[in-house]
Amino acid sequence: MTPHVYPPADPVFGKLSWGAIPLHDPILLSTFVGVVIGGLAVLALLTRYRLWTPLWRDWITSIDHKKIGIMYMVLGLVMLLRGFADAIMMRAQQAMAFGENVGYLPPHHYDQIFTAHGVIMIFFVAMPFITGLMNYLVPLMIGARDVAFPFLNNFSFWMTTVGAVLVMASLFVGEFAKTGWLAYPPLSGLDYSPDVGMDYYIWALQIAGVGTTLSGINLIVTIVKMRAPGMDLMKMPIFVWTSLCSNVLIVVSFPVLTAVLAMLTLDRYVDTNFFTSSLGGNPMMYVNLIWIWGHPEVYILILPLFGVYSEVVSTYCSKRLFGYSSMVYATVCITILSYLVWLHHFFTMGSGASVNSFFGITTMIISIPTGAKIFNWLFTMYRGRIRFDVPMLWTLGFMVTFTVGGMTGVLLAVPPADFVLHNSLFLVAHFHNVIIGGVVFGIFAGMAYWFPKAFGFRMDEFWGKVSFWFWLAGYWFAFTPLYVLGLMGVTRRMSHFDDTTLQPWFVVAAFGAVLIAIGIAAFLWCIVVSIRRRESLRDVTGDPWGGRTLEWSTSSPPPDYNFAFTPVVHDTDAWWDMKRRGAERPLSGFQPIHMPKNTAAGVVLAAISGVVGFALIWHIWWLAALSFTALVVAAIVHTFNYHRDYHIPAAEVEATEAARTRLLSLHV
Amino acid sequence: MRLAHAASRVLKLTKPSRLALPLGLLPLLAGCSTVVLDAPGDVARQQGDLIVLATWLMLIVIVPVIALTLFFAWRYRASNAQANYQPDWDHSTQLELVIWAVPLLIIIALGAVTWITTHTLDPYRPLRRLDAERPVPADVKPLEVQVVALDWKWLFLYPEQGIATVNELAAPIDRPIRFTLTGTSVMNAFYVPALAGMIYTMPGMETKLHAVIATPGEYEGFSSNYSGAGFSHMRFRFHAFDGDGFEQWTDRVKREGATLDRDRYMVLEQPSSRDPVRHFASVAPGLYDAILNRCVGIDHLCMNEMMAIDSAGGFGLDGLEALVPRSAPGPFGGPYVSAEVCRVDTPSAFPASFIATPAAP
Amino acid sequence: MSEAVTLAPPSHGTTGTPPAFYDLEGRHHPQNGTLLGFWLYLMSDLLIFACLFATYGVLGRNYAAGPSGADLFELPLIAVNTALLLVSSITYGMAMIAMQARRKRQVLAWLAATGLLGLGFLGIELYEFHHLIHLGAGPGRSAFLSSFFALVGTHGLHVFFGCLWLAVLMVQVQRMGLTVANRRRLFCLSMFWHFLDVVWIGVFSFVYLMGVLP
Repeated sequence: MTPHVYPPADPVFGKLSWGAIPLHDPILLSTFVGVVIGGLAVLALLTRYRLWTPLWRDWITSIDHKKIGIMYMVLGLVMLLRGFADAIMMRAQQAMAFGENVGYLPPHHYDQIFTAHGVIMIFFVAMPFITGLMNYLVPLMIGARDVAFPFLNNFSFWMTTVGAVLVMASLFVGEFAKTGWLAYPPLSGLDYSPDVGMDYYIWALQIAGVGTTLSGINLIVTIVKMRAPGMDLMKMPIFVWTSLCSNVLIVVSFPVLTAVLAMLTLDRYVDTNFFTSSLGGNPMMYVNLIWIWGHPEVYILILPLFGVYSEVVSTYCSKRLFGYSSMVYATVCITILSYLVWLHHFFTMGSGASVNSFFGITTMIISIPTGAKIFNWLFTMYRGRIRFDVPMLWTLGFMVTFTVGGMTGVLLAVPPADFVLHNSLFLVAHFHNVIIGGVVFGIFAGMAYWFPKAFGFRMDEFWGKVSFWFWLAGYWFAFTPLYVLGLMGVTRRMSHFDDTTLQPWFVVAAFGAVLIAIGIAAFLWCIVVSIRRRESLRDVTGDPWGGRTLEWSTSSPPPDYNFAFTPVVHDTDAWWDMKRRGAERPLSGFQPIHMPKNTAAGVVLAAISGVVGFALIWHIWWLAALSFTALVVAAIVHTFNYHRDYHIPAAEVEATEAARTRLLSLHV
Repeated sequence: MRLAHAASRVLKLTKPSRLALPLGLLPLLAGCSTVVLDAPGDVARQQGDLIVLATWLMLIVIVPVIALTLFFAWRYRASNAQANYQPDWDHSTQLELVIWAVPLLIIIALGAVTWITTHTLDPYRPLRRLDAERPVPADVKPLEVQVVALDWKWLFLYPEQGIATVNELAAPIDRPIRFTLTGTSVMNAFYVPALAGMIYTMPGMETKLHAVIATPGEYEGFSSNYSGAGFSHMRFRFHAFDGDGFEQWTDRVKREGATLDRDRYMVLEQPSSRDPVRHFASVAPGLYDAILNRCVGIDHLCMNEMMAIDSAGGFGLDGLEALVPRSAPGPFGGPYVSAEVCRVDTPSAFPASFIATPAAP
Repeated sequence: MSEAVTLAPPSHGTTGTPPAFYDLEGRHHPQNGTLLGFWLYLMSDLLIFACLFATYGVLGRNYAAGPSGADLFELPLIAVNTALLLVSSITYGMAMIAMQARRKRQVLAWLAATGLLGLGFLGIELYEFHHLIHLGAGPGRSAFLSSFFALVGTHGLHVFFGCLWLAVLMVQVQRMGLTVANRRRLFCLSMFWHFLDVVWIGVFSFVYLMGVLP
């Protein structure tokens, strides 16, 4: 390991110098060259096909929740590739670094990779994916025309993206944190991590965190205030319920992350003593606070997917969801309990037996409502008519896989068991079991399910199934060995092993990672094939699966205004009810529709925030001051814009709806 | 107490550990050593048995759920025209009762086991038994071992024997060991899977662990909490000796070892990786306490003294003078409070008892 | 169950004419959610303060053999500071009363008074911080001082941005008048300002009063 030595901060460039560009590292250099070539190709294509204006007008500055939702999904997908590249590099290193062989990654690089993998997968893959799904679906499901604060929505998206950009920048300018994804001090403090890696971590998460908190507030207000008439709380689709709970958790937990990272920042920038070991600081404060955010975070991720599974199961079983109200209460129980379990992440730090038992038992209690949910999906299948389309396959894969992950989770909640399993590969296998088996499978189920709604054509069935089976097999091949290795007492985050008898297990795990890689490739290929075959996959009805909730009542893709007339809700499965009772789609009497206007303010403010972050990471103080001032001024200028809305004229609505009427009549 | 007894009997019933694993894993596991489930140390063994018990308890609900998922998926496939189809059937009070009650009952059982075992297997609690059959004899005193996690090696101090070792731990079989643990820089976790569960080692803080080993042999120990670049090789061997093996080992350490004084410790404290085993025949008095209280450097005010001063309301404005500012970047040059603070001439309204506390020698 | 049951409308539907499934007259207008949204923002902000309070609660007596609150705080000064902030909440309240009566000039005058009081508060706080750092009791001296500066400083930062917002809003009221949008903004700032007041009462009692008491 060669510690990076930075010259003393320069007044103009701060800590930034040519030494920060990793020209000496062939892996990074070739990645960099690849990214530059790919980036130039994209730019050239955009210019060649004159796409700059539409890109700017229809996407970047769009405040349409549907466009923003799709952009979140794209962000999640791009970052999934980066996070997975990290994963497969780790698997490769651990499959070869035994005995004399030190592998191809020195600790300096390996430690950055597992930190980046965790940070990216949680903050820049899972979070954008669930936020994207919620953004796209919640207004459609509650019969609204947009979210409560459309501009804020755009701003939130760009803040998240800027956070992701900073993490990506750390690949090529400087380095990333080498602390593990939660960056416990003192390791993450200035004394043991003096380089910029930790600062990239801090500012990327802070900037993205602003976006996440604001988007949480936005969606709560949307759900509380903007539901269609007749949709009382107990008539909301389960996905809306789980989104509501997830966003409540965002709003009550992300401020804790903001505060704890701010204190760590102060420790690193102005020599305070919150989490140092000297002068009265207390590193365990950090561990407590970060997990007070961190544990609710995993429920923030999984709850919306529980909603996705509920929608998918009931649609593909052509049956009402079993136990709607018990599903709602289970969700609310999980929401509350998720706040009372954070200490189970550090039973082994020497809390007393009674404290440990308390948090162990509260953790187990969460499995009761979660178990009830699984049973509810199970009994939705009972006496249904199950169609095995791709989303349903993902759901079945989830039910089998996640159940095992839940079991190992309860196991880890027993403190004496945790004393031997904590930080082991068993733990790693457990949380991948629930995150891949729960969150990732759910995201893929959701994408396959709502893809026709968003783009007007279905995804290719064959490649969707290929992707599913490779993911499922890949998961089990990649993580079953880790369960076993954990029981053999192997701990996590090792870049080299002395015991060569362990190697076969790691080779199997690496093979699993390759299967997952094929699964990801098949998914991307599935998108390509689906675009090519879009005419034969076209959905003209707006309701390709026999859906039950309001988003299927409008066209695919929905018009800007979502609904020409706001639907009136009488049943939990509102659209199913409308179809069954023969609701007639109104064909005349359209009125002008009040809509928010696009604005560039979100992307501008977020970009300036990115500059502030970059300047602070590299200690370029003049630039930090200048860009921060610019940020405040830009925000103030934005508040002088009082004309933020417009009306879609009735004639235009009428024309759009008439086009749909023609399309429907052609395909009855 | 009777409940505890019952629980331990249940634990005993499920000894054949490998049975616990999901059935598909059985053939895979037959050939490898899952030390966590089959540990020679009594504490680790009980922890492993608990994993087995908890797994069995949960399989009561997990197996039916997975089986029913697959069965329902097959039975109610759309192409099966024979299957009953009830699109509006969405509620059944009896069924709801069952699906809430079954997990609840299992969690009540598991919660009771958890409460009991968390207390009986609390690492801070002195051992009462050597194994299931033998209680700790009344005249046996536990072996004291002080553990210090350094960047990136382990220092073990034996106050009773007056020796110290690096990256090598030894103990006699059938004698309880009482570890007190701390660290110097960042967080690590001390873990010997064969012996007992892990416990974190943290700078300026002390944790405790009680354990006993029944089978002589050589076992793996390591840090199980990531601590930076040298983490992968922060490993040591744990020797469990029978007969007078431990005394012989102690004699050997005393014969060939050097002296671990404060200066040598300060050199040892510097980050290094893959350190060889080292033996020290004698240790500077009070070294462990000084490490724990972060005052090996002679001028540093010890944390316990600082905390005593703080609990009396600090040292007032005089205390501002005592801060020695940062001298160099990095962990070894940070600011600290000078031990001189205890020797100022006019300790303003300061109880004499604190000044009487022996300062670091 | 039979086919007939499947097709029957749910029990709450009227059996005769089917109910309305679309809001044909366009009567449904979702309520404006700005105030609820702002409330939620304030609550999330309150959680940041809660963390800082908790940190102060844990670390607030770790003086690192340095000075304690009793050695450092000048209560009379802080009392003046508290009075300034409390009075500024009253003046803001007067501005809101004037707003209800649509008296633009009065609103502006009260807002100006509020802003000046806020600036006075900030001035005293900056003086206090400067004094402490000058003594050597800066945020790096001990965990107590770190948590003190973080908590009080975060509050001060909020007051600073509150003043900035107030100034901008005064310009907007001056230019555009008491429009619906501006009245909504005045409401939001009002909540923000009182929120800071409430937090300050916590800071004053928890940090200053309890810090000076033995």
